[in-house]
Amino acid sequence: MMVNNQKAEIKKSKNKEFIFLSVSLILLAVLAITFSALVYDLVSNGLSRIDKSFMTSFPSRFAEKAGILSACVGSLAVMGVTCLLAIPIGIGAGIYLEEYAPKNFITTIIEVSISNLAGVPSIVYGLMALGLFVQKFGFGASILTAGLTLSILVLPIIIVTTREAIRTIPNTIREAALALGTTKWQMIWDHTLPYSMGGILTGIIIALSRAIGETAPLITIGALTFIAFLPASPITSTFPFISFQWLKDPFTVLPIQMFNWVSRPQEEFHVNAAATGLVLVIVTISMNIVALTLRSHFRKKIKW
Amino acid sequence: MENENAIVNNKELRLEVKNFNFYYGQVHALKNIDLLIERNKAVALIGPSGCGKSTLLRSMNRMHDLYPGNRYEGEMILYPEKLNIVSPKVDPLEVRMKISMVFQKPNPFPKTIFENVAYGLKIRGIKDKDLIAQKVQKSLENVGLWNEVKNRLNQSALGLSGGQQQRLCIARALATDPEIIVFDEPTSALDPIATAKIEELVNVLKKEVTIVIVTHNMQQAARVSDYTAFMYMGELIEFGETKNIFTRPSKKLTEEYITGHFG
Ligand SMILES: Nc1ncnc2c1ncn2[C@@H]1O[C@H](COP(=O)(O)OP(=O)(O)OP(=O)(O)O)[C@@H](O)[C@H]1O
Ligand SMILES: [Mg+2]
Repeated sequence: MMVNNQKAEIKKSKNKEFIFLSVSLILLAVLAITFSALVYDLVSNGLSRIDKSFMTSFPSRFAEKAGILSACVGSLAVMGVTCLLAIPIGIGAGIYLEEYAPKNFITTIIEVSISNLAGVPSIVYGLMALGLFVQKFGFGASILTAGLTLSILVLPIIIVTTREAIRTIPNTIREAALALGTTKWQMIWDHTLPYSMGGILTGIIIALSRAIGETAPLITIGALTFIAFLPASPITSTFPFISFQWLKDPFTVLPIQMFNWVSRPQEEFHVNAAATGLVLVIVTISMNIVALTLRSHFRKKIKW
Repeated sequence: MENENAIVNNKELRLEVKNFNFYYGQVHALKNIDLLIERNKAVALIGPSGCGKSTLLRSMNRMHDLYPGNRYEGEMILYPEKLNIVSPKVDPLEVRMKISMVFQKPNPFPKTIFENVAYGLKIRGIKDKDLIAQKVQKSLENVGLWNEVKNRLNQSALGLSGGQQQRLCIARALATDPEIIVFDEPTSALDPIATAKIEELVNVLKKEVTIVIVTHNMQQAARVSDYTAFMYMGELIEFGETKNIFTRPSKKLTEEYITGHFG
């Protein structure tokens, strides 16, 4: 009697497991098919359009002559500013919250706010930036404003992943270092940071691949959609040879360029849009591959 | 304290614990501890779980300073410097530079074997490569690991067995020439053979360094220590030469504990 019951129970849980697995597999398949269709669509429409002149020309009224040079340079410049701001601040904040901050009411409020910020729609960041950076600080619709906006947008991602990476380090390792007589900062620099680098780098790349595709907040701050010149060069021929003029220059970025071409009626511009989309997807996928490689590289080196 | 005469006055003192109390916030974990630790001897701390052995040990290198709300009261005077190591005026870093700790679970850094042993020297600002290499070799020899690892010094310490890792951690603690090494149940995660090696090692090490070791294993205490302190519920019940404690303890509680009536 008992034995029969057990068998029935086992069968029941096995059935449940089977149903769960089947549903998961079907959903996965749907995802994979959607993604492939998307890539196929971009490739079949855009691939033939990608060539040297497409990469090195400014946008134009004539679809065949148009290119993505200014968008590429714009994306690069904006991402550069974003990196410079978001990476050190994000890692610093993550370290502070994990290793230094006392566990009290204020810290809890800060933690909750950061998690909530990660969920705020990106266009809201755009509105905030429009009011603060463009109007109040007078930075205009510039590369600086865009970099500031995107770094605030991705900061929560970097902070949260940094904290998670740091949290995987067992406390016994911290105590081992501190017991030898290190200061807290030495312990962080020699141990916490190197051992959590894999996770932190992954977080950074996820954050940057999010930032590179952002359109809404940049349109909100007033990014141009058609731009036929490059920002000022950061290197000059006269003393002091370095110029920050480019930070104040207007810009466009790849997703905005793409959006602009999609919204035109002519079919030829849609091809340009597909090609731009393809470039964007390739960049993002490459970044993700780098992230995965880094993660597995660091995981192999350190196991607890 | 009754057994104060256990340490003959003219022998060299290393650490004097005087009317020491410790609090985890409101929890009064150590009560009026008095203890005299002689130079280059091994002292075993025994007692049932939760009696405060680790708490006392971790006070000795100020590990409690790492967490908020902890409080020391009383004195622990390190000789010959006559430094009260639990005084808030004394920098915990200075104490940890003099008193090294070996933990219950081996905790090597996920770095190379060489880097693990050299790390303490590095944070003491020693840059001389030859000196570091020399110290690393000597420490590894002292823990009997040199021959096993000399050809793989640049491989990860995580590739070693548990017992080897623990000996590496001892080498790491030893490399900086500490005045005292405190061990918190260093063999509880190891198999009997690795345990025997560590015990042997403690017996050798105490020629050069003072040792305080927490253990749950009575035989281990008897094998490695010169003096034994029996603790119960945050108090030091009895302290004396190990052979006396184990053959004719003066307190009923001590006798019941070492004969296995509780704990
Ligand atoms: N962080 C802490 N906060 C509050 N109380 C603590 C803390 N750590 C330990 N205690 C308490 O202090 C007392 C002594 O603990 P301790 O860890 O020193 O015991 P122990 O003798 O080392 O035990 P074991 O043999 O199990 O390792 C125990 O009652 C314990 O509950
Ligand atoms: Mg303990």
